[in-house]
Amino acid sequence: MTEPLTITGKRVPAVTPVLEVDNLSVTFAQAGNEVKAVRGVSYHVNPGEFLGIVGESGSGKSVSSMAVMGLLPSSARIGGSVRFQGRSLLECSDAELSRIRGKDISMIFQDPLSALTPVYTVGHQIAEGLLLHDKNLSRQAAAARAVELLKLVGIPSPERRAEAFPHEFSGGMRQRAMIAIAIANDPKLIIADEPTTALDVTIQAQILEVMQEAKEITGAAVVLITHDLGVVAGNADRIAVMYAGRLVETGGVDQVFHAPAMPYTIGLLRSMPSMASSQTRLVPLEGRPPSLAALPPGCPFAPRCPLVIDACREAEPALTGTEEDPTHQAACIRSSEITSGKLTRSEVFPRPVPLIEGTPAGTDGREVLSLTGLVRHFPLLKGAVFKRQIGTVRAVDGVSFELGSGQTLGLVGESGCGKSTTIMEILELAKPQDGQIRVNGVDVADLSKRDRLKMRRDIQVVFQDPMASIDPRLPIHDVIAEPLTVHGVSKKDQQRKVSEMMELVGLDPEMASRYPHEFSGGQRQRIGIARALVTDPKILVLDEPVSALDVSIQAGVINLLKDLQLQLGLSYVFVAHDLAVVHHIADHVAVMYLGRIVEYGTSDDVFSRPRHPYTQALISAVPIPDPALERTRVRVLLDGDLPSPTDNIPGCNFRSRCPLYQLLPDQQRLRCQDEDPSLRTVDKTSVACHYAEHDALIDTMAER
Amino acid sequence: MSMVEDAQVLPVTPKAQQRGPRPASRLRLIFAKLARTPRFWVGTLTLLVIVLWALFGLAFYNFNAVSQDVMSMNTGPTGKHWFGTDEIGGDIYAQTVVGLRKSLLIGFVVGPVSALLAGFIGALAGYLGGVWDRVIVWFIDLLLVLPALYILIMLYPLIKGGSWVIVMVYLAIFSWMILARVIRAQTSSLRDRDFVKAARFMGVKTSTIIRRHIIPNVSSLLIIDATLGVGAAILTETTLSYFGFGVQPPDVSLGTLLSSGTGAATTRPWLFVFPAAILVITVLATSLAGDALRDAVDPTSGANRD
Ligand SMILES: Nc1ncnc2c1ncn2[C@@H]1O[C@H](COP(=O)(O)OP(=O)(O)OP(=O)(O)O)[C@@H](O)[C@H]1O
Ligand code: SF4
Ligand code: SF4
Ligand SMILES: [Mg+2]
Repeated sequence: MTEPLTITGKRVPAVTPVLEVDNLSVTFAQAGNEVKAVRGVSYHVNPGEFLGIVGESGSGKSVSSMAVMGLLPSSARIGGSVRFQGRSLLECSDAELSRIRGKDISMIFQDPLSALTPVYTVGHQIAEGLLLHDKNLSRQAAAARAVELLKLVGIPSPERRAEAFPHEFSGGMRQRAMIAIAIANDPKLIIADEPTTALDVTIQAQILEVMQEAKEITGAAVVLITHDLGVVAGNADRIAVMYAGRLVETGGVDQVFHAPAMPYTIGLLRSMPSMASSQTRLVPLEGRPPSLAALPPGCPFAPRCPLVIDACREAEPALTGTEEDPTHQAACIRSSEITSGKLTRSEVFPRPVPLIEGTPAGTDGREVLSLTGLVRHFPLLKGAVFKRQIGTVRAVDGVSFELGSGQTLGLVGESGCGKSTTIMEILELAKPQDGQIRVNGVDVADLSKRDRLKMRRDIQVVFQDPMASIDPRLPIHDVIAEPLTVHGVSKKDQQRKVSEMMELVGLDPEMASRYPHEFSGGQRQRIGIARALVTDPKILVLDEPVSALDVSIQAGVINLLKDLQLQLGLSYVFVAHDLAVVHHIADHVAVMYLGRIVEYGTSDDVFSRPRHPYTQALISAVPIPDPALERTRVRVLLDGDLPSPTDNIPGCNFRSRCPLYQLLPDQQRLRCQDEDPSLRTVDKTSVACHYAEHDALIDTMAER
Repeated sequence: MSMVEDAQVLPVTPKAQQRGPRPASRLRLIFAKLARTPRFWVGTLTLLVIVLWALFGLAFYNFNAVSQDVMSMNTGPTGKHWFGTDEIGGDIYAQTVVGLRKSLLIGFVVGPVSALLAGFIGALAGYLGGVWDRVIVWFIDLLLVLPALYILIMLYPLIKGGSWVIVMVYLAIFSWMILARVIRAQTSSLRDRDFVKAARFMGVKTSTIIRRHIIPNVSSLLIIDATLGVGAAILTETTLSYFGFGVQPPDVSLGTLLSSGTGAATTRPWLFVFPAAILVITVLATSLAGDALRDAVDPTSGANRD
């Protein structure tokens, strides 16, 4: 049995918390064994407070908030107590609960499409929510209020948009609509479960802003659940870190970020690539979270903890206040040693080593891959039997770049800007619709079938989702050996090579006859990397190789990629939407917008002094896991979403969202409207903007 | 779900040089898993017994399928006529054994063949897409809307007097279409999966991709269909014989035995019960073995979670 926990709510006098969760536990009975998803969680939220709950996938963050809302299936056994404004929610009947839900407590989910009903208009759904909780409201008044709410959350032309159906909204707009519904009835508490995970950074920044506004307008308390420490750093007042179904650390954001007292939090913060820390090697958190079905006694973090001592394995440490500050609590028997400075935090996880400079083995910087004016348009077809073309999707619209041997090119941009299409075109090794692709100086359009097959040895790919990119029905020996089967390598050599590659990426060759599902996400991505390396390629194309992984595992894969590059002299084309990761790994960066490259330069130049307004906005949208920095940052927010790539926009295609354009005097705007900017060199980077020299204007605007 | 330890910290040791045990191939893994499944053994051993019985069941028996014992007509099971006799003194035991041979042949050829046809044609259409897909789907739909029996009647003059082998071919040809459409739909979604794309970018040939990636990933469906198809084919043959196609007297199959025995099921149960029991046991044993096979090819299925 675990000891009763101290209840954080009891320590704060004066205000009564809106929500008090005390010793909450949730158990799912599953064929034979019990999964203890939440094991004694206690926290409180004060009126108007912003609480962030962070944790890796499977740590129980969502389940605990579903329990609060009474949304768990009946198979779940719930223990402990949940009090909302003094009322015990676990004892409420279903009818009472639904009255509270949607009026006093509202919820925002990760996937707004599944939370909105597809057959009703968005305006109708908001009005419905209003009418349900206020019987005196007339239909017209409700409709008018719905439009008002949509306007409040920043949806352009709200009158027209209220008539639209959810599928006609983009992801960001749907999430705004969800927020509108959430704040419609002036709730006292908003619970948001990963509200921005499915969105681009630029849209994420907008949504977080709207949430802050909504909180100020309604005065509601907010509980934000996320896996991204950066997201809470800038927004939350207090945070709670969850691990294996328990809170392991809680306190004010500054305390937790600057003086974490629990080794897990320290490790998590360390493993994150940050825009501010690109010059040091990442420190991965080894291992995986434990299985919740069979927890060993003692501290659940013990197998991964660098400070573990024998006493840790005896009993699970309770969440207790640190000596300096009772509101900063950690569940670790050695936390006092950490807070008192006896154990320095950099020793908990070894000091990150500076990046090894030096050129990768056997490379000379010669060009290995170059694109010139690559074009890929998709016809947009309509009709089932007789298809007719109703437009063109300009997925890639004239992209050029070069990659030197031993170098990494980072390709960044919002989703839908054409990153994936670009690299798929490269991988086809076929004549593009227009433009030229050269690999090792050879134009791929001229290749014979045999030469093309031979060239495939040199250029390999690692996909984003390690679950989807490996055939679940092949043992991993066959998975990794697959590229070799094409080139007539003997079975014996295949086997030798596979063992070698598994060794290289840090997998035990003994595991070769296991199936993919027996591996964790990080390991599966290693299998994908091993498969790509098995033919000794020169170029590796990586499509979002770490975005599907948890932060603590991501760091290990990034380090591996860097090491391999040094060891084997590989060249990478690295596609990612996470700029911190790109900053960490890339030598050169190309920023894409609507099928074009809008800024290109060395990673240092682009990130330290971005010249294109879009690049500036992208960089400033990346959350930094440091509350002090976050608060003082000047943000360049973008309006709206990526326009449809079917639109044929004359002049500069970024115009509709360009913050610089807004600030220009009319006669200068004309140029943006008429003339398509081409890449030109400004300072050290190439920029496709007529007014890149005026970029200081944006900063002045952002400060206002 | 048990997973192996995360090996992120594994130091690079020169273990690759040490000859480890040879990693097992997919087929070996599947067989190893099958061998560990009791269901598989029960199913296959039962089937084996049935086949042996069909082959040698008459070796030490005094009657055969066409013999008529005028001394004992319409008798129940006796020491002489183990399963009894019919109204003209035909021996039911002998007829069952002979009928079983034919039915086993029909079932075990038609079920798997139609599943294989469905698998390859469906996967081809789904994987190739475009014009090929449209032509194949059009053809499938054509076969689906044509009333199968009508065609058979049209072809009657041709196949009349032809052996029951033609019935087998006919059954196989007319039973794969629906599954083929399902497989096609699954394949076109598999085609966009990253692992298939990855194989394409490695330069793996289309036929190899279908064999290595597509078929194994739809194999659960194929196996279910093949095992269900065994029973279905045996029963459909009955219908056909009823209409005068297929197995004709004096030849017998389980199907013909059953259809002639149903009427007497309450008065002279032995005419019906024995062939029916054999049929049920055959179908059950097949699905038991099929079920085990399906689990064996699916690495995520229960038994493998060790
Ligand atoms: N086969 C296709 N037919 C029509 N449009 C397509 C096709 N493939 C891609 N597109 C469109 O091309 C544009 C670019 O897509 P792409 O997948 O390259 O974006 P991305 O930058 O990789 O986005 P993400 O980060 O979400 O992966 C998108 O608008 C997409 O809808
Ligand atoms: S209790 Fe022990 S194992 Fe757990 S986090 Fe603290 S030092 Fe590490
Ligand atoms: S050309 Fe004009 S619209 Fe385009 S990015 Fe520059 S300032 Fe903005
Ligand atoms: Mg993509």
